[in-house]
This record gives sequence, structure tokens and C-alpha cells, in this order.
Amino acid sequence: MTANTLSFNDISHVFPDGTHTLDHVSFSLDKGEFVTVVGPSGCGKSTLLRIASGLLDPSGGTVDVDRDRLGYVFQDATLLPWRTVQANVELLAELHDIDKAERVRLANNAIELVGLSGFEGHYPKSLSGGMKMRASLARTLTLSPPVFLFDEPFGAVDEITREHLNEETQALFQREGFAGLFITHSISEAVFMSTRVLVMSARPGRIVASYEVPFEYPRDPQLRFNPEFAKLSGEISLSLRGAHS
Amino acid sequence: MTGIDAAADSIASTDVEVVAATTSRARTIAASIIPPVLFGALVMGLWYFISYGVLDSSRQFLLRPPHQVIDVGFLDGSNRSELFGGLWSSTRVALYGLMISIGLGFFIAILMSQAKFIERAVFPFMVTLQAIPILAIVPMIGFWFGFGGTSRVIVCVIISLFPIIVNTLFGLQSAEREMHDLFTLHHAGRWTRLRKLMFPNALPAIFAGLRISAGLAVIGAIVGDFFFGRGEAGIGQLLRKYANQLQGEELLSAVILSSALGVTVFLTFGVLQDKAIGRWYSEDS
Repeated sequence: MTANTLSFNDISHVFPDGTHTLDHVSFSLDKGEFVTVVGPSGCGKSTLLRIASGLLDPSGGTVDVDRDRLGYVFQDATLLPWRTVQANVELLAELHDIDKAERVRLANNAIELVGLSGFEGHYPKSLSGGMKMRASLARTLTLSPPVFLFDEPFGAVDEITREHLNEETQALFQREGFAGLFITHSISEAVFMSTRVLVMSARPGRIVASYEVPFEYPRDPQLRFNPEFAKLSGEISLSLRGAHS
Repeated sequence: MTGIDAAADSIASTDVEVVAATTSRARTIAASIIPPVLFGALVMGLWYFISYGVLDSSRQFLLRPPHQVIDVGFLDGSNRSELFGGLWSSTRVALYGLMISIGLGFFIAILMSQAKFIERAVFPFMVTLQAIPILAIVPMIGFWFGFGGTSRVIVCVIISLFPIIVNTLFGLQSAEREMHDLFTLHHAGRWTRLRKLMFPNALPAIFAGLRISAGLAVIGAIVGDFFFGRGEAGIGQLLRKYANQLQGEELLSAVILSSALGVTVFLTFGVLQDKAIGRWYSEDS
């Protein structure tokens, strides 16, 4: 067992139909790190998360992680439409047989953290896309996982909401101190959120470049207009173009 | 403009808005009520026209005018109690049949959802059973189970089972993959997954199936009764008797009642659906 919270050791993956998705991927992240993987569509970024969480077995290599306490934030909010926000946020604690009083306490805390207080009794159909994502985040927060996996979670919301959610997620990362592995298409999202950005090549996915992001947390929303930020984004963008071909 | 004028002005304009809102609501209601009322009146007119204008008095029994149907079918005490007695009997048969269909349908659909091989094994037979015209198996059922109430209930079950199975199964299988992943990640067992994910997810489809099946169960109850014609008289037996005896008014009354029963059952399940899942589910979403 290594000291790292999550590590991929020489992971390869081939689907039964022969699609080669991942090719000898190795990297690790530790507590306090927020690592984002950017890459072309279909390069196996999401497969990486499915392997990390054990939803999918790798064809080669190993993953070191404590799977009992893994937070997974999906591309969609995946709220159960027949449950209120409160009941949705309580779901994971419920699946882990945590008793009712504790469940309510955990859910209330999480709902407050994501700023959904007052919406506990609402059903998902009456929430906006951003609010659904917040509820989804709250649900994951209830178990205080030391590792968060984010599978392009803010792809479906509009630009402004996405920026807000980025800022809020970053505040949560600061506050809760989890290790984050984030998947996205958006370079600015990647740079704004992360301590490190990894660029993945087109299929079969390989890590082709790694960029340390030097900015201190908490990061100001205005950081996105900083020349340093733009420079780094530009470099990553160039590297990503290389990865496409 | 003085303050008072302005205030008066704003009150006046509020009034106008209120009036406008009321008229527009009245209009909406009128727009949904007037066309069916007009059409209904047209049908009634046509009915009277045929009864009095087309049919001569010796053949008027073929289509009695509406007021006579009401007079004979619903206002005459003994006819009324016969008709409503038959209606109640058929309603009970339909409800028993539907209950059994629901229980059996859920059971079969849940089994099919839990193991692919059960689905593969059972499904072709379900489709075959559904494809047999009900009239083709009714004699067989009479053969095996007699011509009384049991057979009527069995006809109801056979005719109403399929939509419940198909819709329930479809609903159970339609939960999104990511939701299943979520349950997998948190080590949910088969039973938890069924209870907390698949079953609630299936409810809208289940209700769609129930509404279809409820209507079919009513048809089954009447067809079975019409065919078997023994035991307690339901609407089916009455239909046959009135037709044989050329009792036009009673026949039409029985038809009206069967249709009313079907509509009531359909509406009841609509209300049940709204009560059960209306808070979180809307059909357009």
C-alpha cells in the first residue's frame, strides 16, 4: 500500500469488442491534490473513473484506493425523481445502513454546504440544472469521502452556472480536504480547479503531458482573466491539439 | 397627475387586469366545454331524427329515442335494479380479475427483471397468450372451469395480464445506468436495488399499464359473462337477454352502463396515479 490516496499503476483497458481505451496509464494523487484529466472525446477519461471506482475491471495494472469511501459525481445529477432533495441526499447514508437521526444530520449539513437550504422538500423536477448538480454534490458529501471522482459533472449546465459550481466545488475541496480527480473537456475549468492538469491522448488513452498549476487557493473568480492563467491554458490547449492527432 | 389620481388609476388598471384574467379563464373553460356539449347535442339530434324520422313505428325498437331509454332503463324500478345488479356483478368480476392480474403480473415481471433467462423463457409465451383472440379461448375456459363466476374472473385475468407484465417489466428495466452504478458503488443488494430504485422507477409505466388493463378487465368481465351466461347475471348476460327479447331500451341502457363502467375505471386509475406519483412525475417531462 502506498502513501497515496489513489494511484493508478500501469492501467490498460480493452473492451470486449476490441476497443483499446487506456494504454499503460500511471499516476497518483494524494490528499489535498485536485487533479484534472483533459482529453479528446472518447479517449477513455470516464473509463479511468469507472476503473478507479471498481465499476469496471482493468485489463492490466492495478488501482490502489479505499473503495468503501469513494465519492463519485456523475455526468448527470442522477437524482431519484421520486425522492425530495432531502431524501435524495440521505440515499447514500441509507444504503450504508446509517440510522435515521444521523442520516438527517449528515444530509442537513451537506445541503447547507451546497447552499440548497430551503429546498429540502422539493422534487428534482422543480429544480434547475445547477441546483440538481448541487443536490448531487450534497449527496456525495454526506459520506465525507477522502477521494472524489468527478465525471464531467458540469457539462450540462450553462457557462455562468458552471463557473459558480466550479467556485463552490473548489470551496468544498478547500474545506473538506478531499483528494479530487476531475474529468472535463473545458481547459479553463481544469486550470481553475486543479493543482495539476493531465492531458490524455486520443484512444488508446495515454497521459502525454502534466502541468502543475501554481495558483494559491482560495482562487478568485477573476483569476480566469489573469495573463498567467491564460498562458497556462494556452499551453495545455496546444498540448491537447497534439493529443488529438 | 396627483397622487390620488395615480392611485385611482392603478386601482382601475388592477381591476381591468382582474377582469381580463377572469374573462380569459372563463374563455379557456368555455373553449373546453362548449365543443363537446355542441357535439353531444348534435348526436342527440341525430338519434331523435333516426328514431322518429328514419325508422317507422314498427321498426322503432331498433333505436328508441333517448328519453324512452332513460324512462325504461333507468326510471323503471325493476329494470333499474336488474341493470345495476348486473353492473355491480360485472364490476366485482372485473375487480377480482384485475387484482389477480396485478399480483400475478408484478410477480412475473419482477422474476423476469431479476434473471434474463426467465425473461427469455417466459416472454414468447406471454406474447402468444396475448395474441389469442379472447373469444377463441373463452369456450376452452368454460370447458375447464365451468360456466360460472370463476371462469369469468379467469377471462378477465387472461385479457388484462399482458399489459401489466409488459409495462412493469419495461419500467423495472428502464432505470438509468448511472443510477444503477450509484447503487453498485454503495454495495446495494438485489432487494434494496429493486425496492429503492427499480420499483419506484417503474411506477409511471406501471400506472400506464394499469389503466389499459383496468379497461380490458371490464371488457373481459362482460365478454365472459355474455358467453358463459350462468350464475349471477352480469351486464353481459343482460345484453344477451335484452338482444334476444328485442328490448331496445334496456339494451341501450346496458350498453351505456358498460361504457360508463369502463370510463369510471379508467378515470379512477388516473386519479390513483395522480395521488401516487403526481408530486414527482409529469407525463410531459
